[in-house]
Formats: sequence, C-alpha cells, structure tokens
Amino acid sequence: MTPLETEIVSLKKELISMWMLVQSQMNKAKEAMVTFDKDLAREVLIKEKRVNSFELKIDRDCENIFALHCPVAIDLRFLLAALKINTNLERIGDIAAGIAFYVVESAENFGIKSLESTSMLHMYEEAVNILIDTRIAFEKEDTALARSIFKRDEVLDEINENAPIAIAELIKEDLNSIPEALYILSIIRKLERVGDQSKNIAEEIIFYVEAKILKHLDSGKRKIGGE
Amino acid sequence: MEHTVVSASKFNAWFGDNHAVKDVSISIEKNQVIAVMGPSGCGKTTFLRCINRMHELIPGATTKGSLKLYADDIYTMNPIYVRYKIGMVFQRPNPFPNLSIYDNVVAGYKLNGLKMAKADMDHIVEKSLTSAALWNEVKDSLHKKGTFLSGGQQQRLCIARAIAMEPEVILFDEPTSALDPISTSSVEQLFHELKEKYTLIIVTHNMQQAARVSDKTAFFYVGELVEFDDTKTMFTAPTDVRTQNYITGRFS
Repeated sequence: MTPLETEIVSLKKELISMWMLVQSQMNKAKEAMVTFDKDLAREVLIKEKRVNSFELKIDRDCENIFALHCPVAIDLRFLLAALKINTNLERIGDIAAGIAFYVVESAENFGIKSLESTSMLHMYEEAVNILIDTRIAFEKEDTALARSIFKRDEVLDEINENAPIAIAELIKEDLNSIPEALYILSIIRKLERVGDQSKNIAEEIIFYVEAKILKHLDSGKRKIGGE
Repeated sequence: MEHTVVSASKFNAWFGDNHAVKDVSISIEKNQVIAVMGPSGCGKTTFLRCINRMHELIPGATTKGSLKLYADDIYTMNPIYVRYKIGMVFQRPNPFPNLSIYDNVVAGYKLNGLKMAKADMDHIVEKSLTSAALWNEVKDSLHKKGTFLSGGQQQRLCIARAIAMEPEVILFDEPTSALDPISTSSVEQLFHELKEKYTLIIVTHNMQQAARVSDKTAFFYVGELVEFDDTKTMFTAPTDVRTQNYITGRFS
C-alpha cells in the first residue's frame, strides 16, 4: 500500500469507530428513554465528549492528508466525503445527547402507550437501522444499499408529518400529559433529523464511490443515479 | 475546425520494431495548455517529438497515420517550416553556450539565414524576452552569454527563443524537472501568460504541475492514449481505472 492508502485505511477505520460510538449513543438514549434510566442518560451525556473528540481528530487527520499527500480522484472524493460524514455523525451524536437530556430533565416516565400511539418507538428503531445500514454501505462501498436509504428516510418523514395530529390526540386524552407529549414531539423532530443526516451520508458515499452528485435532486432522479 | 490546432488520427510511431505510439487520436484546441502524463516509456515524449518532426531524426524511427497542424498534414510539410510553427523547449535548459542572450533569442533566424534590419531584430528580442518574463532581468546584459543566467532564467531564455519564431504551438518536454521550486513557479506562471497567444503541450511527470497549469490532460499508457479530458475531471473523477490508478499512485 502507498502511504496515502495507509492513511485512508486508517481514516476509514476511525470513521467506523466513531459511527459505532454514535450508534451506541442512539441505542443507549433509547433504552434510557424507554426504561426511564437517568443514570444511563447521564452516561450518554458524558460520552458525547468522546464523539466530539472523534470529530476533531478526524478533521485534523483530513487536514494533514490534504496538506501532505495532495490526494486526487477517488482519494480526494473519499476525503471530501469523510469530512462531511464526520460532521453528520457528530450531529447525530448531538441528537442522542439531546434525547438523553430530555430523560434527565423529565419529571416522569414516558408512557409506553404514548410512545406507541405516536409511532415514536417504531421511528426510533428505523432511524437507528438506517444509521447502521449507512455504516455498512460505507464499509462495503455498497452504493445500492446507500441508495435504499433515500426511500427509507421517507418513512421517518411521514411519521414526523403526522406527529402533530398524534400529539394532539395524546393531549386531548389527558391534559396532564402535555409535558410528556411535548418531549415526544421534540424527539420525533430529532429523529427526523437523524434520517436527514443519514441521507446526507448516503449521498456522500455515492459521491465517493461513483463520483455522482445526488444532492438537491428530486427523489425520481435519485433513483436513476443522479445522471 | 478552426479551433483545432493539432490533431492526430490513428497516429502510430515506431523505433524499429518497438511500437511506441499506438493509434492515437486527439484534437488539441487553440490557446489551451495540454498536459501529457504517463509512466516512463508510455510514448508521451515520442508523441511530442512526432508533433514537430523530431522523432524521424532517430535512425529506424517510422510513423503511420495522420498528424495535422490545422488542416495541413505535418508529415507532408517542410520539416523546417514545421519547427518554425511548432517550437520546443526541453527538460534541461539548453541555450547556445557560445552565443549572447540577444543572439540566443534570434538564433532561429540567424541559423536559417533569415536576414532582417537591426531595429526589427531588437524588437523581436525585446518582445520575446518580455513574453518570457525575462526582459526586466536581462535588459542591461543582453550581450552576456546565456549560460551566465540561473537555471530558471536559462529555461525562460529557451522559451523566448521558441517564441521569437512566432510559433502556433510550443512543446515542452518536462520543462521544470531540472529547476528549483522558485524557478518552477515562475515558469508555471509563464504558462498562464503564454496561452493567451500560443497553444502549449507539456509533457510532465509532476502530476500536481499538470493539475495546476493545464486546461486538459492526456494520459498515455504503453503507447496508447488512455484518456483525454478536462484536467478538473481527470483529477477528480477520471473515467478509466488505469488513469485513476496512475494519478493516485496505485500503479503497479
């Protein structure tokens, strides 16, 4: 391997490690929310600093590779994608911490019925699965899997769009549930952002592997590969 | 096409049995800087030398196919005229060691017995040295030997010598590989200025130089022209895997 290839392999490993940490943060925030485990939620808040450290380290590594190796072609595209994926992962890390913060702040447990009636748990599972699949697509350079993310993100968008009605129903049933309902609405909004960040990551994977730019294309053009 | 200055169609070149350039077809447009890159022995310098009929000076060298300057077939033109119209600058600066800076610039005229008035010659010398960004540095020492200049200045003197003949095209064979970074930078700056008037074809091993100075890049491999495209495309999303492997250093 050339020195640049070695650097890129190492950077890829680092991004995957960050991905696993962010994934674990999302899962722990969910578990803390469902079981109302404030200690677990605090652990997520503390570990958020590690996500931030990853972001800084990966930014610095990218800068060094640009300065020392003058990457071109697929190497250049990989580094440009890595920088953007890094930012997107850090934001998903912030979202996990934000959800954990609600658990710490909330005075009462979220009722399982409320979580189900708003489809929030289903949305959470799908958001984490999307995050996992973007990682697999990145590891395997699987652009077909990356493309499948666009469609799956639409499920999250739909739940998000229907959320105000579901939340209104929740409040109508029990006025005491207003704080809980507002927390759930906020979490749904955050999960919708996880879908968007994952979609951005999928676009970067396709850009890196195929040199195709899918940003700002409507869904029909995305399906045919952005040509 | 009026904009196409040099064009090759299924052009081949041999050294005896060695098939050095294979079926190359390319159109080079006016006022562009073209970088030609590829591993050693890929045929890039041979192709360059074919463009101004220098290849045939080697015993056993032959060619086949079409190579044109505008609409004229280079291989049916007078080779001396071809070299007026297509100048060449080599890897190592090669000013005539016994000639002054002034005489080096007008060497093409003098060696071909072309006579002209002193005032006209003075004008050509000043104009060529100015175009080669050397006039201000040598205007007070025009009658000193060219070899007293630094390496970078000597190379710019060779460029002035090529410009003096008012060519259409200037060929550069690794023009900065013997120069330090400052001289390299001044020659690269000069490329940007020269392309206003001339078409430049530069063989280079320095890929960053190709990326910095050229509008289009040609990649040669084992005598074939593998890919020819806008330099931005070649260095961000090349089409052929061989190009990608070469520019990313993965070539085996």
